[in-house]
Amino acid sequence: MGKPTKVTNRIRALRFAADEMTQADLADRVGVTRQTIIAIEQGRYSPSLEMAFQIAGVFGVPLDNVFQYPGSEGMTP
Amino acid sequence: MPYEEKVTWVSLVVMAVVPVAYFVIMLGRLGDTSAAAISYQWPLLIAIGASVVLTIIGSILTGIGSGISAELHGRSASDDFGTDERDKQISRHGDRVGFSVSSVGMVGVLALTMLEYDYFWIASALYLSFVVGTLVSSVVKIVAYHRGF
Repeated sequence: MGKPTKVTNRIRALRFAADEMTQADLADRVGVTRQTIIAIEQGRYSPSLEMAFQIAGVFGVPLDNVFQYPGSEGMTP
Repeated sequence: MPYEEKVTWVSLVVMAVVPVAYFVIMLGRLGDTSAAAISYQWPLLIAIGASVVLTIIGSILTGIGSGISAELHGRSASDDFGTDERDKQISRHGDRVGFSVSSVGMVGVLALTMLEYDYFWIASALYLSFVVGTLVSSVVKIVAYHRGF
């Protein structure tokens, strides 16, 4: 199964670091379905910027601690 | 499986079965009747109505089944019924592709009309365009759910 997005993420690792938060818990806190969290974790869906910020907000980390894009390392605004 | 994907499967099955029944029956009548003499109006209206009614009934039954499944597995209702931005994007993506396919079919309908074919062929081509567009839309949505987009 191909991955349609180049955006990678650390959601799974962050969930486990956050008291093994379940996908369902994260989905409830972000206000999406569990299937969408699964799709994001597996790289089958790139969330909107708003949802990305919400996910980062749940873990209390900056956006680039959750989502990465190849070639964007070291970029400065 | 998200509720919206289940409903898409219902639509796919209904739009595959009902039109096939319609075309098998109507094309079968061409054996002993000319296209100009075929009374297609009521069968076509019944086919369209049956598609709508069966899709609604299928969606309701899917919802009931999802509710029972959620209860049995101790999941929250939002897990089985929720619709979020991904569902909406997939729906728009599928509808856009389906509309493009239907539009191509409309060119064929326009050609049949200009060439003054019998109303039966024009109506059938119109119905076929709609059906194929809906089928393609459903398939695109299901593929998007599984492979991402």
